[in-house]
Amino acid sequence: MFGYGRLSRDRTDFATKGRCLVSSNKTNEGQSKTQQRKNGFSRRTFMQGVGVGTGAVGAGVLTQEAKAAQDLVGPGPVAMSLRINGKAHKVMLEPRVTLLDALRNHLDYTGAKKVCDRATCGACTVIVDGNPVYACSMLAIEAQGRDIETIESLASGDELHPVQKFFIENDGQQCGFCTPGFVLASKAFLDKNSNPTMAEVEKGLCGNICRCGTYVGVRQAVLDAAGELRGGASGD
Amino acid sequence: MATNYDWPAAADRSLIGGNTSRLDGPDKVTGRATYAYDRALPGMLTARLVTSPHAHARITKIDTSAAEAIKGVRAVDIMKGEGTEVQWVGTEILSIAADTEDIARDAVLAVKIDYEVLPHLVKEENIENAGSAVKPASDKTEGDPDTAFAQADVVHEGYYGLPTITHCCLESHGQVVDWSGDEIIVYASTQAVGRIGADLAKNLSRDESIGNVSPNQIRVITPVMGGGFGSKFAIDAWGVSCAKLSKKTGRPVKLMLDRDEELQIAGGRPSDFGTIKVAAKKDGTLVAYQSETWSTGGVTSRGAPPLPYVMPPPNHKVRHLSVATNTGPARAWRGPNHPQAAVLTWGAYTDLAAKLDMDPMDLLLKNIGLTARPDVYRKELAIGADMISWKNRWHPPGDKTPGPIKRGVGLSMHTWGGRPHDSNCEVTIHPDGTAVAAIGSQDLGSGTRTVIAIVLAETLGLPVEAVTVAMGDSNYPPSGASGGSTTVGGVSSSTRRAAVDALEELKKVVAPAFGVDADRLVAKDGYISVSGADQRLSWKAACKKLGARSVMGTGKQPDRNGGKLADSGVGGVQMADVSVDIETGVVSMNKLIAVQDCGLIIDLKLAKSQVYGSLIMGVCWALYEERIYDQATGQYLNADMEFYKLAGIGDIGELDVHMITGDYDDRGVIGLGEPPAISPGAAIGNAVFNAIGVRVPTLPVTPGKVLAALEKGGTA
Repeated sequence: MFGYGRLSRDRTDFATKGRCLVSSNKTNEGQSKTQQRKNGFSRRTFMQGVGVGTGAVGAGVLTQEAKAAQDLVGPGPVAMSLRINGKAHKVMLEPRVTLLDALRNHLDYTGAKKVCDRATCGACTVIVDGNPVYACSMLAIEAQGRDIETIESLASGDELHPVQKFFIENDGQQCGFCTPGFVLASKAFLDKNSNPTMAEVEKGLCGNICRCGTYVGVRQAVLDAAGELRGGASGD
Repeated sequence: MATNYDWPAAADRSLIGGNTSRLDGPDKVTGRATYAYDRALPGMLTARLVTSPHAHARITKIDTSAAEAIKGVRAVDIMKGEGTEVQWVGTEILSIAADTEDIARDAVLAVKIDYEVLPHLVKEENIENAGSAVKPASDKTEGDPDTAFAQADVVHEGYYGLPTITHCCLESHGQVVDWSGDEIIVYASTQAVGRIGADLAKNLSRDESIGNVSPNQIRVITPVMGGGFGSKFAIDAWGVSCAKLSKKTGRPVKLMLDRDEELQIAGGRPSDFGTIKVAAKKDGTLVAYQSETWSTGGVTSRGAPPLPYVMPPPNHKVRHLSVATNTGPARAWRGPNHPQAAVLTWGAYTDLAAKLDMDPMDLLLKNIGLTARPDVYRKELAIGADMISWKNRWHPPGDKTPGPIKRGVGLSMHTWGGRPHDSNCEVTIHPDGTAVAAIGSQDLGSGTRTVIAIVLAETLGLPVEAVTVAMGDSNYPPSGASGGSTTVGGVSSSTRRAAVDALEELKKVVAPAFGVDADRLVAKDGYISVSGADQRLSWKAACKKLGARSVMGTGKQPDRNGGKLADSGVGGVQMADVSVDIETGVVSMNKLIAVQDCGLIIDLKLAKSQVYGSLIMGVCWALYEERIYDQATGQYLNADMEFYKLAGIGDIGELDVHMITGDYDDRGVIGLGEPPAISPGAAIGNAVFNAIGVRVPTLPVTPGKVLAALEKGGTA
C-alpha cells in the first residue's frame, strides 16, 4: 500500500505509483456514499449537529440549529439496529462507537481485528452492501439499514469459501491476525473481478497489510479461488 | 536394546519433509481463532494507559480525581509515581480500568499530570550532536590491521547504516488478566507461555501491598498470537499493571496497547551507522576490515553487531559506540544484530569489488574460505546465481541502458545458530485411539503446532489429522520461549522422544496378541504390524487393547541420555533484482531470492513460508520502514501505520525460495525464524548500487536518498 508499485522500462504502470488507488477508493466510496445518503446518519451530519454551539449567531444558523436538533442523538447511548450476516441485532450504543468496536466489544464478532484503527491496514475489513469497508472508520450508527457481512458468515458450517480454502492451501497466513480482513477483502474483490490478473490482484488487495509477510501465498490463493469460483475455467 | 529415537530414514518418512498445510489455518481464515485481543470474559473491564508526552521529564504531580469521578471507571494503577523520571515518549505512567473501552479512553483524557521537562536526545545518526550520551560498547582487534591496510593494493572506505525499525506486531502487546481468589489466569499475546508467569509473579511480589505471588498460582493461555518477531518475551509493565487492576477490582481486565503505544514502547530493532574500511589484494583476496560504528538501543546499550560479518579478513579492528537516546527501548528482532551486520559488511565488500573492477560474486567466492561453511555457501551462491540469472543481470555498477529506469542485482550472505531450546512433551495414547501431544509451547504463526503434529503423527504412523496437539497453555509441560530460531528443534525433539516412548508402551500391550516381542512391531500407515510378517491390527483396534487405561511417554530436549535430533548453525544467501527510476528515485522490486539450509525440514510448505515472510519483511525495512523522531520536540513522528510504512502486496515483486533439502538431514532439525530475515536489506541495497552506480549509504532506500546519492554521481 505504501510502496510505489513496480517499475517497468516503458513505465506503462507508472500511473499507479504512490498511494494505492484501489484502497483509497475503498474507503472514499464508503464515505461519500454515506454522506450522500438523505435519511442516514453520517459522521458529517453528526458533526453538524453538535457543531452548532452557543457561540453561533445569526438567523440562518438558528434555523439550522433547530433543524439539526430534530436529528440530534447522543452523546449517550442510543438504540441502534445492525443487520449482521442477515441477522438483526438491537444494541444501545453511543453515536461515537465505530462499527468495529460495535462488532468486537458489544456483539462478540471478533473476526474483524483492531490493528491501526485509522483506515490503513485493512485488518478490520467487513463487507457493507457488497463493498469492503474499514470497520474502524465507519460509525456503527452509519451502518444501520445496511447489510453487514463479517468473516464469521463466509463459511457454511465446515464448508469453507474457496478463498478460505486456498488461503490455507497456499499458506497465505502466518500469525493470522490480518487474515480475516484479507480473506474478506479478497472475497469482495473477486465478487467484482471474477477473472483477475496477478497485477489486478495486487492492486485490488493493496488496502490490506500483513506483517508476517504472507503476500506470496495470498496472491496465489486469490488467483486459485478465482479459478474455482469460475468453475475451473482457466484464467488469463 | 536402547530405544532408537532417530528420525526415520528418508524412505520411511510419510509426513516429515512434506507439504502439510498449517493445522490452525481453518480457525484463522474463519475468524474463529481467539487471540488475547479477542478474549471476552464475563464482567471484563477494559484498561488503557496514560503515557508520557515528553521524551524526557520528571513527573511532578499526578491528579486522577477527575478521571476517577467518571461513571464506569473502576480502578487506577499508578505505574510511575510523582518524582519519577520518564525517558521516552510513551513511557507508561498509569493505567485505568473501566466498564468499556470508551469510558477508559475518556478517563485517560481526564488525567492531569504535571512534568518538569528535561533535555532530551532522540536522534543518533549525527553522532557529533550526541555529546556525553556516547559510550564505548566494544572494541576488538585481530591480526595487524594497520599494517594490512598499509600494504593492501586497494582500500575502500564508506559510510553505511540503517535506522531503528519497530516490530509493529499486528496484534499489539497486551493481555487479559483474570485474578480470582488465589488463581491468576493470563490470556497473553506472548512468545513465552512458559516464562511470563514467573515474570509476572516476580514483579507482583515486589509490591508490598500484594505480597508473595508464586508462579504456581499463574496460568498463561495463548492458543494463537498475532505476531511477535522477538518483541513479546516479557510480561512487561502493562501486564503487571493489568494484573494489579484485576486484583483491585476483582474482575477480569483487558489491556492491549494502542497502535501508537505499540510503535513507541513495544518494539525496536537497534540502529547501526558507521564507517567501514576494507582492503584487498589486486586479485580480490580480502586482507583487512575496520569499523567505527554506533547505534542506539534507547537509554541503555544494545551491545554491538557481530562485525566483520560471516567473512572476516585475517586482520580486523571493530569498534562500536552506544548512543543513549530518549527513545523506546530496543527489543530482539528476527536475527538480533545480524541484519545490521550484513548491511555494514556486504555493502562495503560490494563497493570494494567495484573498486577492484570485480563482480562481487567473484569477490565472495574468492574469499569463501574465510567463512565457517565454505561448501554450504559456495553451493548456495551457485544455486542463487541461477535463480536470479546473475551472470546475465550483473553489470559493472551503473546500468548504462538508455532511459530513466536502471536495473541492478545485489547479494548478501548470512548465518545463524538456532540451537534447540529446552523442551518437555508428554504424549498420551488413549484406548479410543486418540493420541495427544501436550507441550507448553506456543505457535507464533511460524507453524509450531503443525510441526508437533507432524512429528507425532509420523512417529505413530498416523495421518496428521488423527493426532491432537495441546499447546499454548502453561499447564502443559514446560517448553522454551520461541526466540532465536530455537523452537522447532526443541519441540520436534521432545515430541519425537515422547511419541516413541508412548508407542513402546502401546506395543508392549499389543505384542501378546501377535505372539511376538514388542520390538518386532511397526507403526505405519494407520496399522500396528509385525515386521516381516503378514499380521497387523488397525491403530484403533490396537489401542482398544489398552482396555481402560491410557499410556504415556515423556520426552525431553536435551535428553540426559544423549541422542541428537536437532542441531544449530546454518548458512544462507539472498540476491535481489531491482529497478530504480532515476528521475523520481523510486526503487521497485523485480525479484528477490533466497537459498537456505536448515537441516532436516519437518514441513516444507511452512519452512518456505518462514523464508517468504522474511523476504517480504526485508523489502519493508530495505525500502520503506523507519522509526522517525523529531529532535526539536522529542516526538515520535510516525507512530501509526500510515507513516510507519510497510510494504503492500503490490510492492514485493517476484519471490523465489530454494530450501536445501536432503544434504543436511543427518544434522537433524535447525531453526529457521532468524536466518532468512538477515540478508534482504543488504541484498537490496547492493542491487540499488549496481543499478545506479552510486551507493545510497543508509536504508531505507527512499526516493529522496536515491536522488541525493545521484547528485553525487552514478548513472544519471
